Amino acid sequence: MTTIERPAYKVIGSRPVRPDGVEKVTGKAQYAADPRPQGVVFGKILRSPHAHARIVSIDTSEAERHPGVLGIVTAADFPQAEDKVQDLGEGAVNLRELSDNILASEKVLYRGHAIAAVAAASPHEAEAAAQKIRVEYEVLTPVTNVLDAMREDAPLLNETRHTKMMGGQHSERPSNIAAYNQFKAGDADAGLAESDLVVEREFTTSMVHQGYIEPQSSTASWNADGTITIWTSTQGAFVVRAQVAEVLRIPVARIKVIPMEIGGGFGGKIPIYLDPVAALLSKKSGRPVKLSMNRTEVFEGTGPTSGTVISVKAGAKDGKLHAVQATLRYEAGAYPGSPVGAGAMTMLAPYDLEHVEIHTFDVVVNKPKTSAYRAPGSPAAAFAMESVVDELARTLKIDPLQFRLNSASKEGTKQVTGVPFARIGNEEVLNTAMTHPHYTAPIEGPYRGRGVASGYWFNGGMQSSVVVAVNPDGTVNLVEGSTDIGGTRASLAMQLAETLSIPYDAIRPIVADTDSIGHNDVTGGSRTTVASGMAVYQAGQDVIREMSSRAARLWSVTPEDVSYEDGVFHCLKDSTKELTFKELAAQGARTGGPIAGRASLVARGAGGAFGTHIVDVEVDPGTGKTTILRYTAVQDVGTAIHPSYVEGQIQGGVVQGIGWALNEEFVYDENGRMLNSSFLDYRMPTALDVPLIDAVIVEVPNPGHPYGVRGVGEVPIVPPLAAIANAVADATGHRFTQLPLSPRRLIEELDGGD
Amino acid sequence: MEAFDYVAPRTLDEVYGHLNNGKRTLFMAGGTDVIVQLREGRRECDLLIDLKRIEQLTSYAFDSEGTLVIGAAAPLARIYEDVDVRRRLPGLVDAASLIGGIQIQSRASLGGNLCNASPAADSSPALIALGATLVIASVSGRREIPVEEFFLGPGRNALEPGELLVEVRIPAQPPRSGTRYLRFIPRNEMDIAVASAGVRVQLAPDSDTLESVRIALGAVGPTVKVVDVTSLAGRTADSATIEEAGRLAAEVATPIDDMRGSIIQRRKLARVLTIRAMEGAIERAKEIR
Repeated sequence: MTTIERPAYKVIGSRPVRPDGVEKVTGKAQYAADPRPQGVVFGKILRSPHAHARIVSIDTSEAERHPGVLGIVTAADFPQAEDKVQDLGEGAVNLRELSDNILASEKVLYRGHAIAAVAAASPHEAEAAAQKIRVEYEVLTPVTNVLDAMREDAPLLNETRHTKMMGGQHSERPSNIAAYNQFKAGDADAGLAESDLVVEREFTTSMVHQGYIEPQSSTASWNADGTITIWTSTQGAFVVRAQVAEVLRIPVARIKVIPMEIGGGFGGKIPIYLDPVAALLSKKSGRPVKLSMNRTEVFEGTGPTSGTVISVKAGAKDGKLHAVQATLRYEAGAYPGSPVGAGAMTMLAPYDLEHVEIHTFDVVVNKPKTSAYRAPGSPAAAFAMESVVDELARTLKIDPLQFRLNSASKEGTKQVTGVPFARIGNEEVLNTAMTHPHYTAPIEGPYRGRGVASGYWFNGGMQSSVVVAVNPDGTVNLVEGSTDIGGTRASLAMQLAETLSIPYDAIRPIVADTDSIGHNDVTGGSRTTVASGMAVYQAGQDVIREMSSRAARLWSVTPEDVSYEDGVFHCLKDSTKELTFKELAAQGARTGGPIAGRASLVARGAGGAFGTHIVDVEVDPGTGKTTILRYTAVQDVGTAIHPSYVEGQIQGGVVQGIGWALNEEFVYDENGRMLNSSFLDYRMPTALDVPLIDAVIVEVPNPGHPYGVRGVGEVPIVPPLAAIANAVADATGHRFTQLPLSPRRLIEELDGGD
Repeated sequence: MEAFDYVAPRTLDEVYGHLNNGKRTLFMAGGTDVIVQLREGRRECDLLIDLKRIEQLTSYAFDSEGTLVIGAAAPLARIYEDVDVRRRLPGLVDAASLIGGIQIQSRASLGGNLCNASPAADSSPALIALGATLVIASVSGRREIPVEEFFLGPGRNALEPGELLVEVRIPAQPPRSGTRYLRFIPRNEMDIAVASAGVRVQLAPDSDTLESVRIALGAVGPTVKVVDVTSLAGRTADSATIEEAGRLAAEVATPIDDMRGSIIQRRKLARVLTIRAMEGAIERAKEIR
């Protein structure tokens, strides 16, 4: 662990057991599909077999007569939605499109697009009844590839959609290009012209899925008083409440969302799919309704991340990156909103260069509407950029890390948006990687190679609200509203323990429902430990203030005459008077009632972060298979609150990156049918496919956070795609520009099968 | 998935009592394939007959002639963990330890893998290389066929209505022989063979001359491909001969392009896997057991 200027902490930096750990390992924790409210019945969604079709008619009469059926809903049961954009924290959504994505109204835009839903006494009856819904389609030609969709003669997903240009104008002709944007600094043409070396390449990545282990599930009860209770798997209960309220046109006050434990999200559990449908089925049937997806529905009917085609032309001058021209084309899926902007804003973050010109296209295709996926937009862009940087460095015979260090961004470097960086740890990360024993060890043997790559993610702030209640025994309830995906109960409890100078074990963190705490934005953008951590810190300060005034009352002095240090309140006027936190907690009733603190905030200064990865691979020339021999991931995390969970986040991000690099892809046939919608054929890495990943923590504290925390979870998925591609290039002498680097691609590109 | 009846008989006679009554009937010798197919609506049935309670179908033993007789529903984990089996038939262990995946091999069976008749099944190339036969039974008697005659096409096997597979018989292997099965998957677990090869070689008693070679390929045709390698008999087991075997295998392969692999890739794999499996088989043939 490389640490730069860090205070001495008591709790922060230790590795306690997570508060939710025992329940999870003993199988007692309740996940989305577990709640069984009294009288619950089961729903099933009917989905489109076509990738692109107009819905001519839907006949539910036969299905309604099927035994056990208690209710059927279609898009006609939704209130007419309007074109209104709502910010979900990690990505905005147009509510009419959200509504259409949940249940299609006029057209189906991808295979697996939901059309109708049935509630019945048993799951099997619901499934059989759903098959009896007759849908008449006018089948249209699908377009599933971003380049095809951009052609002027491409079939249009929406005949009334025009390209939204910079400055708010729209294109004359309707188009599948939903938005075009550009970022410019300096003069890229001139910069390239004066470069010592220019490399130009086009890169392709496939649509990939988050692959969370727990499929979406939602149970809803439309209660007799008109309120709705929803038990669901989500990264943000408040965002579910807001979306359901908008889609159903019901005030948020009538909706209570109870967030269950979550079996992974990675951005994919921010949008809603099932919740309003379950609610409407409950209204129709008069019973609580449970809707659960199977794996095929998850692949075909939820939001993966974009397939991309990215062109990069980059020049180096005097051993540094000098000028870059890039065009990013991202598949948005069925409705606009790919993370292409984030791709553009992150791909050059590791570099300080003069001349930049980036063009971005957000393109709709007949595939599922994309949603956030861990550092959305950044990995594909980094794959392209870091591959070109690698090629520049190797051709110039400069060590690829040294080349990056020569060009490294630092505090004050302007980003492509024009905004300068605050204190960042890019150079510290690069220096740590360069001197790491992995990098200084030789790599030898035929078909073996080493690759490196860097990556960046902004990290989010946004809204958090927490309440801290002090119990008479000196323990503390921490009531928060952030879904715990990566150990945030622990990381927040640790920050509160540090603030209050009390033991970690004295804190009981509770993730509350939407009726029980103020608004909290999603657990996304690597924001929870940062932003809810700031709220926890402020609420802790609030508690100390309150308790100081209680002590003052007991000692008949003013609160200013009370100090708090190492868990003990001292009277500045009389050094014989002191009370421990626990002793004072017991005096609540005598000093003015229960002791509590709170904080609500919009977090600023989240603090972007960098990672640099080193990977060694071996390619089997007979089979085209790439084996990862060694992997080291170096990352600036600001301050590691719980180093084990930081390492876990880094290792998890790398594993997902390995899958993306080597085997994962949505495979479609010419009719837009996904051919590999199962974990058998959508090849995520298994435990046997990844080596031990050495996570190296660098701590350059974030000046915008009381404990110096930076977001951790997203950065580690950014570098692996390029790092592995660079290693394969080193091993084979061939530069691959298309992902995944599957054995099939290697065999076909390396030797044509001979 | 539609509702269906489930029975778990104790004897084969009980099984026969459930057959020939017009019901759509499926056997379950583990469930690795059939349960998944039922749940996904790829198969339907009125009656599912669980074979796991029948002693004769779930046990295995070497008979007096050294033939390994394996009940069609015997769990793979028990077979490949058997010390005797590991010593005498390592080529069988190669395949048995791959089928289905570690977590379900205490239920998965050879019989189930064979009857599912996937061209990519891991059992069949190894069993064909080993010269194994299958015993098929019905209320009217038993018949025995070589494994290579069992497959009619993808998902189609030689069982007639009223018949079931009861035994896999692997004859005692000749001295100075060795068998190796290799498959290629993009991952290291939880995957289906893109291509596979089972190879048995028998060497002359006191030289490296090949007395016989058997090669079977998986996932490069609608059924397992048996490669005609009679031309290799009498040749020295050296790298030129092994390369020739690989060339013959690639010639025989008639693969398709699908989501799991391409024609180019599979033809190359047929060659590479045959070469590597043959090298392994020769090595085993030279070991003293």
